[in-house]
Amino acid sequence: MRRRACVPCVGWQNTGAMTEETARISLIVNGEPVTRDVPVRRHLVDFLRIDLSLTGSHLGCEHGVCGACTVRVDGVAVRGCLMLAVQADGAEVVTIEGLSQSGEVADLQGEFEARNAAQCGYCTPGMVMTAAELLAAGGTPSRETIRDHLSGNLCRCTGYQAIVDAVEAAARNRASGGAAR
Amino acid sequence: MTAPDDGRFGPDSLVGKRVARPNVRRLIHGRGRYTDDIAVPGMLHVAFVRSPYGHAAIRRIDTAEASAMAGVVRVVTGTEVSKVCAPMVSIAAHRPGHRSAPQNVMAVDHACFQGEPVVAVVARSRAEAEDGAEAVIVEWEELPAVIDMEDALAPGAPAIHAELGDNLAFQHVIDNGKAEAALANAAFVVEHDFVFGRHTAVTLEGRAILAEWDPVEERLTVHQSHQSPYQMQDVYSRHLGIPEHRVRVITPDIGGGFGLKINVHGDEVAVAAIAKMMARPVKFTADRLESFAADCQTRDHRATARMGVTEDGRIVAMDFDNILSCGPYTAYIRFGLAEGMMAIMCAGAPYALTDYHARTRVAYVNKGIVGMFRGVGVPVGAAVTEVLVDQAAAKAGIDPVEFRRRNFHAQDAFPLTTVSGYIMKRLSLDRCLEACTRIMDYEGLRAAQKSARETGVWRGVGVAAFVEAAAYGPVYYGPSGARVSTQDGCTVKLEPSGVVRCMTSVTDQGQGTLTAIAQIVADQLGLEMKDIDVLSGDSATTPYGGGAWASRGMAMGGEAALQAGKALKANVLDLAATILQTTPDKLTLRGGEIRDAATGEARMGLAELARVGYFRQDTLPPGTQPELMVTRHHVPSTPYYVGCGVQGAHVEVDIETGFIKILGWWVADDCGRVINPLMVDEQIRGGVIQGIGNTLYEHLVYDDAGQIQNATLADYLLPMAGEMPDIAISHVETPLPETELGANGIGESGTIGAIATLWCAVNDALRPLGAQVTEQPFTPEHVLDVIGKARGA
Repeated sequence: MRRRACVPCVGWQNTGAMTEETARISLIVNGEPVTRDVPVRRHLVDFLRIDLSLTGSHLGCEHGVCGACTVRVDGVAVRGCLMLAVQADGAEVVTIEGLSQSGEVADLQGEFEARNAAQCGYCTPGMVMTAAELLAAGGTPSRETIRDHLSGNLCRCTGYQAIVDAVEAAARNRASGGAAR
Repeated sequence: MTAPDDGRFGPDSLVGKRVARPNVRRLIHGRGRYTDDIAVPGMLHVAFVRSPYGHAAIRRIDTAEASAMAGVVRVVTGTEVSKVCAPMVSIAAHRPGHRSAPQNVMAVDHACFQGEPVVAVVARSRAEAEDGAEAVIVEWEELPAVIDMEDALAPGAPAIHAELGDNLAFQHVIDNGKAEAALANAAFVVEHDFVFGRHTAVTLEGRAILAEWDPVEERLTVHQSHQSPYQMQDVYSRHLGIPEHRVRVITPDIGGGFGLKINVHGDEVAVAAIAKMMARPVKFTADRLESFAADCQTRDHRATARMGVTEDGRIVAMDFDNILSCGPYTAYIRFGLAEGMMAIMCAGAPYALTDYHARTRVAYVNKGIVGMFRGVGVPVGAAVTEVLVDQAAAKAGIDPVEFRRRNFHAQDAFPLTTVSGYIMKRLSLDRCLEACTRIMDYEGLRAAQKSARETGVWRGVGVAAFVEAAAYGPVYYGPSGARVSTQDGCTVKLEPSGVVRCMTSVTDQGQGTLTAIAQIVADQLGLEMKDIDVLSGDSATTPYGGGAWASRGMAMGGEAALQAGKALKANVLDLAATILQTTPDKLTLRGGEIRDAATGEARMGLAELARVGYFRQDTLPPGTQPELMVTRHHVPSTPYYVGCGVQGAHVEVDIETGFIKILGWWVADDCGRVINPLMVDEQIRGGVIQGIGNTLYEHLVYDDAGQIQNATLADYLLPMAGEMPDIAISHVETPLPETELGANGIGESGTIGAIATLWCAVNDALRPLGAQVTEQPFTPEHVLDVIGKARGA
């Protein structure tokens, strides 16, 4: 539903028949080179979900508010709904599927499981992507720092405490010599 | 935590253990499968043209341009759908006077709320469907919108549905004792006004459905993000005229339910109808904007309440006048009346008052339909009661915790029926109060509050009690005429290798219900978690039941699992006795072995028994019939199972900015036997945070024309990690007397208690200023407003 539908108007604006404009992009997704012709209006997460069947990245708002679509682009956690697929041309993209398979956050994921830091799991891939960035920075962040870092990721189920616990435990384990499994 | 020692579950039992969820790992690794993740060959996508008005007549629809657009396969109007799909009529047979107009799944001649589906555009992709939706021309004639609930009920207000004559959906009065006289005779009366703003569930995964119609076999298969596959099987069967055994509803991973996804939404039924019309797989996923506009919404009450108290601080009477709006229809199939009824039913329930008068009125308005949502009315009744209790305690000069202790029902008064009509076998509120005030260090907080005030810091301490009726049984829904199943079932099947599959009718949106069912069955059969798998969410292959609503997963689904496990154990021991040439009473099951009951000596592996039972029946005596799969159901014999709890909050109110900061939160809850403390704690914490969000932030704002003003996640505020507190929990475990398992629901109590507690905490902070909040959410503007009024007074 387009936002315009909520604005009072008489009838509907006729935009006429639209032919889909596409562009060819080449990028690395989870370590694999990918080349596709994509509609220029398609955002990155739709591209990942529709064109590459990587359904681990979720859409919660398509406004860049909820963080469910968080993916890593050229090493930085970004909102996949705020980036067009064509903007990722030439980039290196890591999704939750790739991050999980790499083992980089196996320790964090183990803490999530042990503490039940996920209920419905819809926000979880984005939460893990965001937390991975904080953990990669090293050190033992305070709970306040963890909460602050995660404050752009909406979780409607858990109440956040178990997620903060999981990130805190993973950071401490890493700082005391335990590496990601 | 005090685990009950009733001998039913030993110290080695899996029941009561903090067991992690086997089925959460795939979600954490991005391997979940939600409805929108599923794609099937030939699948088309739907985008809806929705009403831009709160109330408007449809004069003409022109779909020619849209139909010609690239990728668009078909454009379907509400009129077309209405020819193949019966309208939804939601009238409660057990509530005389309840009236509701038939609701077409898509608007036919007039739309009654913004977001109501009007035209469906079916295309190769969602983007192309949206392009097509933009090109549909609807000629509207705006009609007078009825927005305010009190205006809606005023004489002469335009009736949203002319055939009903006015906008009163329903009203109900409870009159027990002589409340007016008791209030007049009370030593003092406290009174307060309340507004509970309209809000919405905001499941992070929008509602989603993929419907497939097989025109050859005439079968409908639906994947749907829904809490009850059985309910939706029934709905599709009846509304689309398909025999029920040819409708299969599968609920895959679900990205949040909270009650929203037990409702029946017209657009989802329309998608199934369109799939049948087109004989093509059709998918629809609600985006965030249409979630705000078209999801069932919640609360939206206004109330005035009074409480009469004796000289020595005893509550004697309460009067509670409640009004709420339900949108233009009462929600299908559960009427939406519970929101108002539960509010007046649960009010006052913790306390031994003698005289009660309450009225609830439900108004039709041109806003979204109010459906089920976590807590269903109870947060309102609990908050109203607890705010008055705090005011009464302050007026009596008695500490509010002590005041509550004095006014709780006496333990020797049980079983009892409250003046509001709640039937209760027992409550443990005194123990919950003791536990909560202990873990929060109530006295310490009060001392700190006092010293903070001397430095101009305004802190509040809130402690609130609540009583909750969970796991509603057939006594309510049976006579209502609604096809709502109040039983749950479990099938337990021994596989030939000695492991076990369970099929349950309860569904799990992340609560951990399926994990707890595995624990219960494993305990009965002497197995480990790794030996059990639990399947759910498929109307074709699991026992019939309710799904997930009214916190029934453990209370009912858990009991069914226990009884099924027990029955399978009996069958296993019967067969083992035949093989071992002994009697079943001399055998038991533990550690995957059939053992001598007296000595514990292993006699035969469960896997060996299963092998014989499935593959070597030829070695058994003639006529032996192994039954290694059993099903049991649980139907509550009481109207509901009563739980209770107490929560505590510590807040700081910045009286210059109106901002409220939460400093600490504590919960003592009695949900009967705790099957898995890890899951129960997370249900409580998540519920509390939702309650805090409801009370401090969440508000779906409509303007006078019925236009939503804040339908984005940037504008509709929700609790985020940065503002939320850690929550300490203590369990008071009183096993339910009604079941062998003894577990009650826990899904809603966190939310119920949190809302009342936050009202109390903020008002406690403001009390010395002579100010009290009256409107939820407590926006900074509202806080400053009540402080300003108090100072000006």
